[in-house]
Amino acid sequence: MKTWIAALALLVTGSLAPGAAAQTLINGAGATFPYPIYSKWFDAYTRVDPEVRFNYQSIGSGGGIKQISSRTVDFGATDGPMTDEQLKQAPGELLHIPTVLGADVVTYNLPGSPKLRFTPDVIADIFLGKITKWNDARLTAANPGVTLPDQPIVVVHRSDGSGTTYIWVDYLSKVSAEWQQKVGKGTSVNWPVGLGGKGNEGVAGQVKNTPGALGYVELAYAAKNALPVALVRNAAGKFIEPTIESTTAAAAGAARSMPADFRVSLTNPPGDEAYPIASFTWLLLYREQPDQAKGRAIVNFLWWMSHEGQKFAADLLYAPLPRPVVKQIEARIKEINYQGKPLLAAR
Amino acid sequence: MASSAVHGAATAAGLSRPPAVHRRAAHRNLGDRLFRLLLRAAGGTVLLLVVGLAVEMIVGALPALRVFGWRFLVTSVWDPVAEHFGAVPFVYGTLLSSLLALLIAVPLGVGAAIYLAELAPGWVRPPVAFLVELVAAVPSVVYGLWGIFVLAPLLRTWVQPALGKTLGFLPLFQGPPYGVGMLAAGIVLAIMVVPFITAVSREVLLAVPNSQREAALALGATRWETTRLAVLRYGRSGIVGAVLLGLGRALGETMAVTMVIGNRPEVALSLFAPGYTMASVIANEFTEATSDLYLSALIEIGLLLFVVTVAVNALARLLVWSVGGAVKTVRE
Repeated sequence: MKTWIAALALLVTGSLAPGAAAQTLINGAGATFPYPIYSKWFDAYTRVDPEVRFNYQSIGSGGGIKQISSRTVDFGATDGPMTDEQLKQAPGELLHIPTVLGADVVTYNLPGSPKLRFTPDVIADIFLGKITKWNDARLTAANPGVTLPDQPIVVVHRSDGSGTTYIWVDYLSKVSAEWQQKVGKGTSVNWPVGLGGKGNEGVAGQVKNTPGALGYVELAYAAKNALPVALVRNAAGKFIEPTIESTTAAAAGAARSMPADFRVSLTNPPGDEAYPIASFTWLLLYREQPDQAKGRAIVNFLWWMSHEGQKFAADLLYAPLPRPVVKQIEARIKEINYQGKPLLAAR
Repeated sequence: MASSAVHGAATAAGLSRPPAVHRRAAHRNLGDRLFRLLLRAAGGTVLLLVVGLAVEMIVGALPALRVFGWRFLVTSVWDPVAEHFGAVPFVYGTLLSSLLALLIAVPLGVGAAIYLAELAPGWVRPPVAFLVELVAAVPSVVYGLWGIFVLAPLLRTWVQPALGKTLGFLPLFQGPPYGVGMLAAGIVLAIMVVPFITAVSREVLLAVPNSQREAALALGATRWETTRLAVLRYGRSGIVGAVLLGLGRALGETMAVTMVIGNRPEVALSLFAPGYTMASVIANEFTEATSDLYLSALIEIGLLLFVVTVAVNALARLLVWSVGGAVKTVRE
């Protein structure tokens, strides 16, 4: 019995010890929306620095905020910025670092899938339940040349709390005072009308199966599944097709007025080319890192992510950060320190 | 839940406890005593788990309990932005979808069990019984996907318009046909519950001693009368156990229901309307619930689901006991 245990102990320590000594393990948790690009980055980064390993749990933005606030992970990730109150409750100063951009698109089920154009007020009123038919005067006015059927619009929204919903209702709150006052914004809300589908696939499935349905899904999901998507009129008055380029343009349009902490809503931004329903997704970490080795590994990764890493984004259908925003992020990364000493090596 | 129902079915089927003499003898042997201790610990763990679960949920729900109190049980607003929470639509949805499921599944499941145990020719029984158990093992997300892509379009294009035309005067069958909604949830749940009811009921009926059947036949009963009076009555509480097992699954089912019920927190009389269940709202919103009160309200929904499940089970058991007298006289 004793020799058994001894052998087992030898085996366990023998297999773990060399790995544990050489590697730095960084733990993170949070948003599910950027999970594909994050896992791509963490994998690709092992070739940049083989000593660093990342362990990321995509448990949702709420969980990410909770875990970084209780310091159980080294970084968090969220699709909606933390509120002032949440920041105040955290045990240290938390930074928001944008990583990539995502966008929401309008998808629908109409015979022949005509290319439709939506104005902000029409989208808001459909989701408020004030426009109920496809041949409503305001819809036909925005879509000359398309015959819209005399059919009820079946609204489909996400039933699960999600960053996708946050972007969507953040946009509706900006373009409609009534939405702002009646419903407001959050990762899930009290929807005035519609059916709830679980996940992007739930919403898309519901739209695909219901004639006359209209819903919103993530740009990447719509592109991968070749769903019909609508053009949306932006703040400059132009109808814009949702693409990776027009999503990046949304951040470029907002770069001039970017707050230092990046807690900014990018919906309905200025700029001729900007698609209006877009948002950053953020990493959350402490300005003062509690562990020197981990802190150094994290800042090096952040630098790589915001420069070389960005080229992985488009392949996975995320919009990369525009140049001016990367410049602003550089300044934030340089502020991250361990006991007052900046962690980033001089570049 | 599952084990208690199966146990109920087994005892009802006439498996007797070991005689007292054997139990006394167990004290003399060290191995037997250790075994007893071990089993006692296993039994105690189940009890501890249930108590632990309840305590943990009550603690988690405290903030919501303090803010909303009894209003939580009587309001039907669910607004995460303004942080107004009420549980009515979820409790209603859970109970209605489960009731609907049982209405469909009990005749079907018990009927199938009677066929398999009493009527089916010998070569049919093993393959069908095997298939029933196979169906019980299909993951619920598969039923959900089938619900979205097959059942919902079917309901929307054929069943709901037909029901609306013929029975549309009843408030149960009014409103636009979305396909998804309470009816779809009830049907998917019924399909998921049938194999449980069939499999357990079949075992119960097979455990009915042949002397029961022979006695009834000797008195001149027809086959149907024999089944009804001798077999079904003898196995009644076992069959109720099977139904309870099914009900437990229906009340707690999450994934499949979430995918077809429409997820709308509203109390609607119509079966065509979308609804919401307690398990669904937890699954949908728990991961992204950022504020403490919101999270606490969701935990309180969990607590409520726990209470409702226990209450429904207790009620059903009471029902069995209240009609149990007749069963006992038959058995003796």
